[in-house]
Amino acid sequence: MSNMKTIYKVPSPIAKRDTSYCPGCTHGVAHRLIAELLEEMDLTKKTVIVWPVGCAVLGYYFIETDALEAAHGRACAMATGVKRVHPETFVLTYQGDGDIASIGIAETIHAAARGENITTVFINNGNYGMTGGQMAPTTLIGQVTTTSPYGRKPEMNGFPIHLPEMLATMDGPAYIARGALDNTQHILQAKKFLKKAFNTQLKGLGYALVELVSNCPTNWKMTPVESLERIRKEVLPVFPIGEFRVVKGVE
Amino acid sequence: MGEKILMKGAEAIAEAAIKAGAMAFFGYPITPQNETPEYFSRRMPEVGRIFLQAESEVAAINMIYGAACTGTRVFASSSSPGISLMQEGFSYIANSNVPCVVANVMRGGPGLGDIAPAQGDYFQATKGGGHGDYHTIVIAPHTLQEEVDLVLKAFDLAEKYRIMVVLIVDGLLGQMMEPVEFKETVDVTKFKVPEWATVGQGDREDRIIITSLDLAPEGLEKMNLHLQEKYRKIEEQEVMVEEYRMDDAEYAITAFGTMARISKTTIELARSEGIKVGLIRPITVWPFPSKTIENRANQVKFFFDTELNAGQMIEDVKLALNGARPVYFYGKMGGIVPSAEEVLEEFKKHLGGQHE
Ligand SMILES: Cc1ncc(C[n+]2csc(CCOP(=O)(O)OP(=O)(O)O)c2C)c(N)n1
Repeated sequence: MSNMKTIYKVPSPIAKRDTSYCPGCTHGVAHRLIAELLEEMDLTKKTVIVWPVGCAVLGYYFIETDALEAAHGRACAMATGVKRVHPETFVLTYQGDGDIASIGIAETIHAAARGENITTVFINNGNYGMTGGQMAPTTLIGQVTTTSPYGRKPEMNGFPIHLPEMLATMDGPAYIARGALDNTQHILQAKKFLKKAFNTQLKGLGYALVELVSNCPTNWKMTPVESLERIRKEVLPVFPIGEFRVVKGVE
Repeated sequence: MGEKILMKGAEAIAEAAIKAGAMAFFGYPITPQNETPEYFSRRMPEVGRIFLQAESEVAAINMIYGAACTGTRVFASSSSPGISLMQEGFSYIANSNVPCVVANVMRGGPGLGDIAPAQGDYFQATKGGGHGDYHTIVIAPHTLQEEVDLVLKAFDLAEKYRIMVVLIVDGLLGQMMEPVEFKETVDVTKFKVPEWATVGQGDREDRIIITSLDLAPEGLEKMNLHLQEKYRKIEEQEVMVEEYRMDDAEYAITAFGTMARISKTTIELARSEGIKVGLIRPITVWPFPSKTIENRANQVKFFFDTELNAGQMIEDVKLALNGARPVYFYGKMGGIVPSAEEVLEEFKKHLGGQHE
């Protein structure tokens, strides 16, 4: 007994309750990574998470910190309000692709342009999960959704938005990366990206965003395993993993 | 305590907010209130507070929302089209029970309208321009001094009830210059984070979630009942109204803001002709001074409502009277402000020759 070592446990900020996520959804993985870092970096008690409108709308029930529920797309603006008047808080936004890259793209780009000292975790699941799988700004060309029933067509629906690549062209943001949650190796790498993003804020370096390529087994109409395979085969070639902007001092 | 300073309305409101302890301002340029954010942009750094020009009014109100959730005194100002964009935030702020103060320097509408003074946003302000059953306290000053005095009152009310307070002033008040006196400066070093605010859990026993969401209808009903209870209390306790020369009045004018100010001159003109008319001026247009109006129903022959719109507050006047007296109307739209003489002329049309 005496030489037993804890190698796996529920991170302390994770609530002991069921989540509202579908079986096999990687929102849970993203939550775990955030919670692990909050615990490891001793941030839980100084954190305010601004939750989105989307599948993670009830996220404040699953990660136990002070929390706000933003209007659809407005998380970065709301987080700006918190951080400007209470710079000692650690402020996260957690947002889906529709939230951040469609209805809230102005709020996101301008928070990044201002170098707002907040951190965004962006879940790219390629559709509007909560409302039943409609086309999102990240829906791939040819992908069938409930509002692109013939597959996304460029001439009708335009092209997917690569948010990190866009933000990386600007001077404001300090750290911009994209990870993926489809396998263990990628998940561990994603955690490293998130840790850098958290540190970016702690060091006062400015805006940080990590996109996490995620699945949506329910609306993709796949088993969880199939959905993870689809990430590797179809999504990552279009939305590659990488660090797109890393200013001096980020680590 | 101070001497009188000659100031433009849009700047006076900013200084009043600073003296009232506004720790942050978020806004977006729009005429006729540009001098307000410009003034804040100069002054806030001087006093070590936050000024931020947002990318839109949508962003501005959500920054206000975020800052308000930390229990910080926050202020925003805009004008009609910008206030329309903010309505989403108004609704969320209402159901989140967080305090803030927003000024709407109303201009002509609808649409892009013009930049001249108007009162066409009365419905939006008092009936809830955003979605759901909510109210904000709505205050309508009619002079710069009153505006300056009411800014501090607005913050106090906002915090007392954890509600948004909207100051509706029209472009005329925003652009005119008048001597004002700032009576009180709030000591912001005494500010404490309120116990309901989200600034990180810290030493608190429980964490705090601020949300306008409850997916269970029973839960959301409870949130609504809480709001309605708060609104009833505000209606009972916070009505502000001025009755001007009403003691011996045989007729009552109802008007708010700039039209109330003009009506005071109209009343002097009328009285010099022997017509006994007074003014009932709602200072809070929500909560509306229904009782004050109702109480005068038996005293006056008719009510004459005048506004810079097609007739909006008149609906509340009629509701208060419930048919007890006729209510006539004179309004100008598009940013045209009538003279006191014009108002008198229109008023006299309803006298039926008695005073001709
Ligand atoms: C102003 C507004 N428009 C639309 C909606 C409806 N709505 C709720 S969730 C959602 C989509 C969210 O999708 P995404 O951001 O991709 O997150 P996901 O659900 O996939 O995690 C929409 C459109 C809303 N709540 N508010």
